[in-house]
Amino acid sequence: MTEPTSPAPILRIEGVAKTFGPVTAVDGVSLDIRENEFFALLGPSGCGKTTLLRMLAGFESPSAGRILLDGNDISPLPPEKRPLNLMFQSYALFPHMTVRQNLSYGLEMERLAKAEIIRRVDETMAMTDLTPFAGRKPDQLSGGQKQRVALARALVKRPKVLLLDEPLGALDKKLREKMQLELKRMQHEAGITFVIVTHDQEEALVMADRMAILRDGRLLQVGAPEEIYERPADRFVANFIGVMNFVEGKVGADGIFEAEGLRLALVDAKPGPATLAVRPENVAVGPPGERLAGTVADIAYHGLDRVLHVQTAAAGTPLQVRVPAGTATWRIGDALSLKIDPAKCRVFSGDTP
Amino acid sequence: MSAAFRQKLPGRIVLLLVFGFLYLPIAVLVLLSFNASGLPTSWSGFSTRWYGALLNNTDILRAAWNTLVVAVFATLISTVLGTLLALGMETRRRKSSGLEALAFAPMVIPDIVLAVALLTFFSRLSVAMGLHTIVVSHVIFDLAFVCSVVRARLKHFDFSIVEASRDLGASGWTTFWRITFPVLLPAIVAGGLLAFTLSVDEFIIAFFTAGTGRASMTLPMQIYSMIRFGITPEINALATLVMGVSATALLLSQWLNREQHVP
Amino acid sequence: MSFNATRPTLLAAPGVAWLVAFMVAPCLLVLSYAFFERGVWGGVEYTFTLENFARVADPLYAKIFLNSARIALTASVLAILIAYPAAYAISRAPRMTQPVLLFFAVLPFWSNYLIRTYAWIVLLNREGLVNNLLRKLGYTGEPLSMLYTEGAVITGLVYNYLPFVILAIYSVLSRLNPELMEASRDLGAGPVRTFLRVTLPLTLPGVAAGGVFVFVLSIGNFVTPALLGGGRFQMVGNLVYDQFLTANDWPFGAALGAALIATMIVLLLVQARATAHASGERAGEARE
Repeated sequence: MTEPTSPAPILRIEGVAKTFGPVTAVDGVSLDIRENEFFALLGPSGCGKTTLLRMLAGFESPSAGRILLDGNDISPLPPEKRPLNLMFQSYALFPHMTVRQNLSYGLEMERLAKAEIIRRVDETMAMTDLTPFAGRKPDQLSGGQKQRVALARALVKRPKVLLLDEPLGALDKKLREKMQLELKRMQHEAGITFVIVTHDQEEALVMADRMAILRDGRLLQVGAPEEIYERPADRFVANFIGVMNFVEGKVGADGIFEAEGLRLALVDAKPGPATLAVRPENVAVGPPGERLAGTVADIAYHGLDRVLHVQTAAAGTPLQVRVPAGTATWRIGDALSLKIDPAKCRVFSGDTP
Repeated sequence: MSAAFRQKLPGRIVLLLVFGFLYLPIAVLVLLSFNASGLPTSWSGFSTRWYGALLNNTDILRAAWNTLVVAVFATLISTVLGTLLALGMETRRRKSSGLEALAFAPMVIPDIVLAVALLTFFSRLSVAMGLHTIVVSHVIFDLAFVCSVVRARLKHFDFSIVEASRDLGASGWTTFWRITFPVLLPAIVAGGLLAFTLSVDEFIIAFFTAGTGRASMTLPMQIYSMIRFGITPEINALATLVMGVSATALLLSQWLNREQHVP
Repeated sequence: MSFNATRPTLLAAPGVAWLVAFMVAPCLLVLSYAFFERGVWGGVEYTFTLENFARVADPLYAKIFLNSARIALTASVLAILIAYPAAYAISRAPRMTQPVLLFFAVLPFWSNYLIRTYAWIVLLNREGLVNNLLRKLGYTGEPLSMLYTEGAVITGLVYNYLPFVILAIYSVLSRLNPELMEASRDLGAGPVRTFLRVTLPLTLPGVAAGGVFVFVLSIGNFVTPALLGGGRFQMVGNLVYDQFLTANDWPFGAALGAALIATMIVLLLVQARATAHASGERAGEARE
């Protein structure tokens, strides 16, 4: 599952588990997070990603396992003694303090000299475009400004690792997309390792250098976005990331995948019942009679391209096929045939979840 | 586990001390009310004789009856007026700070000041004072408390259900009885119980507006004069009974009005 | 019911009328007495004078006023010092037990004030429980006279109003976003500094509400000084009582009452200002 760790990890999570009474929130997760990377913890709500983040920040103590920062076990340390900072989902800006006071707070706790505090706060405010708002209190800021203050307040401490809990969750779609790139830029500029928790797979794909997929407290897959998108480890990951078509069938002794109306020669597939997974962009459309026959059930226009929902005998639900918008015009009810690229398919044999 | 316990320990000690402070005096009274000798100096066995003595004390029985009469009338009047006032205040388009102050004042005005004002007022108008003047006076603060309880419920009241009812063809009157009133009922009853408790317990204003003579003495006035005359074991029994009734009323009012806390 | 412009006014009218007739009018009447001379046989002589107000400022009475204020202030401060840790502990208790703890903290508040005060007579008098306990523990000297002291009055006031202060502070604490405290820890502040710089400033409105409440009700209190102070400790409330029922100097009593109400209004205005300021900030936090 994990690839060989090339540079020394800055943060190592070793068999960490967390139980709340009878509930297991995190179930033996091991992960290495490298210096200077933008790492995403991705999963549906309730998968344990927030609990894991809170253990890194020190608000929950692991029931088992260790958390190593630069090789030192930080699990016994209280939050205020850890050189990691958390950007809260609710931002948790101090409402009785101005933006400047919010930013200075963490540096005052380090008992830095006044001049040094002012210098670093000014620098961070400039980087996050907050300078004009220095004297404002949180209730005088917009959602996007509050988000930047929350980020700046954590960044100004120059943590070894910055933890971000659903940092863009409260923003609208437009602002969210803008902030995704902003966050990447700031991470790059600050040269700090970012660990972000999100349930939004698109967000993770856009921002992360590497990501981990969690489900029910377990780690399913770790890797770069392309790797996970193209080679999902199991059906769940395949379904969770992007759009995926599934065709149930079986692989014969000859390595050929068979479903109704479909025969596909695959490399190294185990014989037995199997599920074929293919992305909409890896299915080509041709005139009737060529390969897998189907009829157009629905068409969704997406600007640059269209997605055809094609009903076939091979799968219960229509298969999604992405075609460029300019090409042949299909109508609902049209008969056509689909051509699946065997090199870009994944096959999950029946015994994997 | 032990770390979690150590973390919770200071809180538990604080709560133990504060609850001890709050309940120890009350517990002592209740305990003494069952003490045969009635004296705090020694425990001479369990007895209900002081409760028996209460039942034979005609002054106390009359005072209890007076208190009940006052509380019932004051509660009925203040519940109606307080609820209407709450509805009026919450449905106004613009909040009036004068109205807010008027509805808030009875809850904070020093009771001795209200008491002497009412005494002055009634004697200036040459009104013969008695139970009726106590009722009139108690309605003042009772209605303010009913109003605040009902308003708290109205703040969470979704007025679109009123519009929905009108949209479905109900008249304004029908809508009130079928929609608004049932939704508010728990708060109205809770407010009424609160008013009842306040009225039963109120001493100073009753003292000033009862007029002269024993005929219109209420229970708190009776208790006050008993305390002034010295500690008699009967007070312990009476105190236990009164506290029992108040606690029951509060429990009932909280249970009825679970959504919000009544200060 | 349709909510047009006149309906709310009609609904509020009976209650408003009652309050105007039986609260506002009597208060104005008694206030007007303060500007007249006292009658020879009690009652009021309708000759205009400001002398009653001058007497309020007379050292003899001003001393009682200041003494009342000092006792009320002490009671407020003590009540806050006891209530804050209690409210804090309740707000840290498991979610399910919080309402139960709160209910039992407030319950005594709704039992009879006289009885609660009387309980302290039983505890504190020379033959009372505390002296008895001391004797059992081997104390052989004269029984301590704890009753009819300033300490007894303050104890009674704190005891009677403590539940309300707990409630006021708890209601602010429970509305506080717990992530604010976590954020402070995360930024490097230990528990103590987090409390002093985040929790305490944000809960000051509750502290102010509770403190002002205790002060206002204490300074005008009649029952507690009468029963636990034994009449030896005159507070403004007793003074007003005496003017009306013993000394028969209604105009002076009215002037004292006016001074009480003025004190109360000033304090409530200050507190309302402080709360409005702080709640504006909190509203901003809740809008997320």
